[in-house]
Amino acid sequence: MTAAAAQGLGPPPARPAGALLPASCRVLSTRRELPDTWTLELEAPPGFAARPGQFSMLYAFGVGEVPISFSGLPGPTVPEGRLVQTIRAVGATTRALCALRAGDVVGVRGPFGAPWPVERAHGQDAVFVAGGIGLAPLRPALEAALAARARFGRVVLLVGARTPADLLYREQLEAWARRGDVEVRVTVDAAPAGPGAAWTGDVGFVTALLPRAGLDPARAVAFVCGPEVMMRFVARDLAGLGVDPARVLVSLERNMHCAVGTCGRCQLAGSFVCKDGPVFPWPQVEPLLRVREL
Amino acid sequence: MRTIQDELADVSLFAGLRPEHLALVAGCGRNVAHAAGEHLFREGDPADLFWALRAGKVAIELHAERRGALTVETLGEGEVVGWSWLFPPHRYAFDARVVEPVRAIAFDGACLRGKCERDHELGYELMKRMARLFSRRLAATRWQLLDVYGAPAAPGPV
Repeated sequence: MTAAAAQGLGPPPARPAGALLPASCRVLSTRRELPDTWTLELEAPPGFAARPGQFSMLYAFGVGEVPISFSGLPGPTVPEGRLVQTIRAVGATTRALCALRAGDVVGVRGPFGAPWPVERAHGQDAVFVAGGIGLAPLRPALEAALAARARFGRVVLLVGARTPADLLYREQLEAWARRGDVEVRVTVDAAPAGPGAAWTGDVGFVTALLPRAGLDPARAVAFVCGPEVMMRFVARDLAGLGVDPARVLVSLERNMHCAVGTCGRCQLAGSFVCKDGPVFPWPQVEPLLRVREL
Repeated sequence: MRTIQDELADVSLFAGLRPEHLALVAGCGRNVAHAAGEHLFREGDPADLFWALRAGKVAIELHAERRGALTVETLGEGEVVGWSWLFPPHRYAFDARVVEPVRAIAFDGACLRGKCERDHELGYELMKRMARLFSRRLAATRWQLLDVYGAPAAPGPV
């Protein structure tokens, strides 16, 4: 039994058919979310069945291949046979992916990794905590919870961003807030002030939203995604509010290369982030993240 | 009808305080309401008061040359606004602007300081709680300063 299985995540999914050979997939549409962040809607390879929290390796032909989480999967908002992935341009490969346009072709391997165990929050309160682009991998999990809304108690989405201009999926955040069955709270690290300021929401680090959400620590199951340093602070503050760390799940980002647990580039002690993660129970990775050499 | 002492139990700073201490604290407080756009205080004003918010939202703001007004923090229900009443020179360090209509308990800082001087047990208890509040807000401010969501330049081909 793997460490992840022992923590209740279940065994990692079997290696998918398209694990090593990229499938050529057409870009159906693109959307600029932020100045450096684009969402691609892709034609899925035949038989491709991904779950929230998993990722694929996207290959910009002639440039390179990178792991990108799914930000939308077939369901109420995404048609069958399509994949949605949100990419921030931070290097040569991601810049090439962000430059793709409808009709272009990209290589896709996957799906890979352990998904968000959204079902762990059945009969409980599902609390999604996102920082920056960390909202992208959480979006399919939130949509899965909303698609089966009656199975959950409260559904809470807490989002932190750098400034109002850096908020990902802003229109969708507003749409979720209007639904009435999901509690959406957003905060930014800094915002222009004054009576004429456009931003009238909260200002402060995302951890400030945790006590304001009035969580019941015995019922909250938290799904946390964002910069690693942010996830550490969120997990610590959740524990301070009385939430059992075993009820906190995080998604890690490492230098994943082969995506099947062979090359070792994403090794984290006895685990491979690509295969055993990227979603981990917090108690499993907390001691490892305190080891600065890892 | 709920008294100020009853209301204080909902404010995290005072939750669990012994009833006789709650009564002493409540004696320095009064219910107030402020409309959106009003200022609870401005930078440099004498820091006579602090507020325990029962409803609404307050923005803590700072004016900086060439950058205009910046919001550094927002505070809402159950949270405390203002701590300059505790320490000399008893002047507010920021502006506090009401963003959403506020209902609050406003405390007379000098009144509470006097009670803390006379009853050191109350003073120590309140100081511990204020220190915890300062510690949390200092940590949150440091995290904000880290700019954790900024995209670092990727070292490889990512």
